Amino acid sequence: MSQFMINMLFVGGSFVLYIGIAYWARAGSTKEFYVAGGGVHPIANGMATAADWMSAASFISMAGIIAATGYASSAYLMGWTGGYVILAMLLAPYLRKFGKFTVPDFIGERFYSRGARLMAVLCLILASVTYVIGQMTGAGVAFSRFLEVSSEAGIWIAAAIVFLYAVFGGMKGITYTQVAQYVVLIIAYTIPAVFISLQLTNNPIPMFGMFGTHAESGAPLLQKLTEVLVELGFRDYTADVPSHLNMVLFTLSLMVGTAGLPHVIIRFFTVPKVADARWSAGWALVFIALLYLTAPAVASMARLNLLTTVYPEAAKEVVNMDSYDQILGNSIQYADRPEWVKTWEGTGLIKFEDKNNDGQIQFYDDTNKAFAVDAEKRGWAGNELTVNNDILVLANPEIANLPSWVIGLIAAGGIAAALSTAAGLLLAISAAISHDLIKKTINPNISEKGEMLAARISMAAAIVMATWLGLNPPGFAAQVVALAFGIAGASIFPALMMGIFSKKMNDKGAIAGMMAGLGCTLLYIFTYLGWFFVASTAMLPNTPEHWVMGVSPLSFGAVGAVINFAVAYTVCSFTAETPQYIQDLVESVRSPKGAGAAIDH
Amino acid sequence: MQDDKKNAAAYWSANLRLIAGSMFIWALVSYGFGILLRPLLSGISVGGTDLGFWFAQQGSILTFITLIFFYAWRMNRLDKKFGLEE
Repeated sequence: MSQFMINMLFVGGSFVLYIGIAYWARAGSTKEFYVAGGGVHPIANGMATAADWMSAASFISMAGIIAATGYASSAYLMGWTGGYVILAMLLAPYLRKFGKFTVPDFIGERFYSRGARLMAVLCLILASVTYVIGQMTGAGVAFSRFLEVSSEAGIWIAAAIVFLYAVFGGMKGITYTQVAQYVVLIIAYTIPAVFISLQLTNNPIPMFGMFGTHAESGAPLLQKLTEVLVELGFRDYTADVPSHLNMVLFTLSLMVGTAGLPHVIIRFFTVPKVADARWSAGWALVFIALLYLTAPAVASMARLNLLTTVYPEAAKEVVNMDSYDQILGNSIQYADRPEWVKTWEGTGLIKFEDKNNDGQIQFYDDTNKAFAVDAEKRGWAGNELTVNNDILVLANPEIANLPSWVIGLIAAGGIAAALSTAAGLLLAISAAISHDLIKKTINPNISEKGEMLAARISMAAAIVMATWLGLNPPGFAAQVVALAFGIAGASIFPALMMGIFSKKMNDKGAIAGMMAGLGCTLLYIFTYLGWFFVASTAMLPNTPEHWVMGVSPLSFGAVGAVINFAVAYTVCSFTAETPQYIQDLVESVRSPKGAGAAIDH
Repeated sequence: MQDDKKNAAAYWSANLRLIAGSMFIWALVSYGFGILLRPLLSGISVGGTDLGFWFAQQGSILTFITLIFFYAWRMNRLDKKFGLEE
């Protein structure tokens, strides 16, 4: 059976599974459509949250980014997991107690203001739409690689599948398909990782293998990796970063952004009790950690594998550092390159150019000026191999010589990661439109049936828009994640937190805070990345010398959140006090007692 | 009624103390050991690198999981102690 057929079988089989589940779990009421009836078991919700959370970027790109930059990328690992601690302690249990359907619902009621609700809807839609574009393009890439269709066709297929199960199933359908998608994606991610870890370190558990001994050389794996990288002029894998401040702020931005992303928060509305919301956050992090603890191991091992593919002798034990000149001189002949390099050359994601015409591959950092002398001494005329970061996870099974069904599994896993996140985001968008805009603002008399229909239509419209944006990405696919996290962290997170932890925070303070946080974050990002990401309109070059105090636009969400808090408290101190019934509402949100009654409204 | 209020206030301040303690550890393992204090821990080697690197890529995540389960367990006990469970 050809690889194409195997991929078709795995991907097709997973689709049949998702649609079957969606049919079984189709939504019959608005409560089922928005919060799956509020009856999801905390462990199942944890799995669904993990699938919801781990996007195409987590599955495909994260290990590649870590492999390329080493320690500096730890911010992604800590930021995208540490946010769950914030969720579990500062947001999820109280919002579950509040017991409504959407994030703007809480902000609108707590700040007793239509303006606050609309502001929250705006922030939610901005954050979710920018995020969903990346999922659609990610699904398109996965489809085009594994099913040999164009990436446009891939996006259409992804849209059709999401349409089928999200529009009919609502949150109930999405929840149970996400559980299945989590199982598919975690198996797909860990199987190749276990085999690579066994091959390199004889340890089947990647997170231990990474800190274990490299079997072939007898040296610790990370030490070996760093040694070879430094000999090739690359940056030391484990070296410290130049700016601690920027790394701290970047990590914090990812954490508060995680806690403020609406599609993650609404998942905690689906569990039966407040106590379940707490447990569920823990389970979600366990399921996320299975991938996030494996990713850095995959990263370091795949990087070492790539280096020793090009320089086979570097894998052996090296006693005398001077012998590296000779070892690295004996790189492989281009003609002898392994099969997987040839496969990926076909996609253009691996490129080779024989700059010094010696028939061998030279792979090193030719942008490192300090290393240029050494390179010239070795007769090298520039780096000859370029490898796209994104292929690391996808090419893993081929690099480790695993059977072709594992490749089919990776295909299904990558697509599952993209689809599950897209569906969660689309639900958050459609609920904000049908519940907060239509039911709570424009037409409060709408019947339950009418609201369901409105929810389905807005879901369909959101899918069409996401598809269109996926087909015509505004040229900022890489930056949108920063924007989504920046918006969620600087606007939604502080508003929710103040709504729970401060009885005195009033409507005007919250609205002013959200506007200031959102405004400053957008301004800072657009200053360096261009207005609406049109690069030519950037007002300052996006380099560390031009950043204010060395803070990158990616790290600004945390600063935006601080601005939000400061402005909110300042405005609050000058304006009318919160009415008593709102203070009572905050009081009731803080105590788990009586949550069951609150949801049956 | 007054007792209910006092009870709720005591429950809330117990919760806040628990959150403060947990968040201190949360910040210590990630921003502390993983980033700012890494140079201080560089003497302690772990599998080919130092302890700070391990905290940044593994230890902080493992601590986060422990913290959430610890918090959930303690809060459920607090809910019962103050009679505020569902």
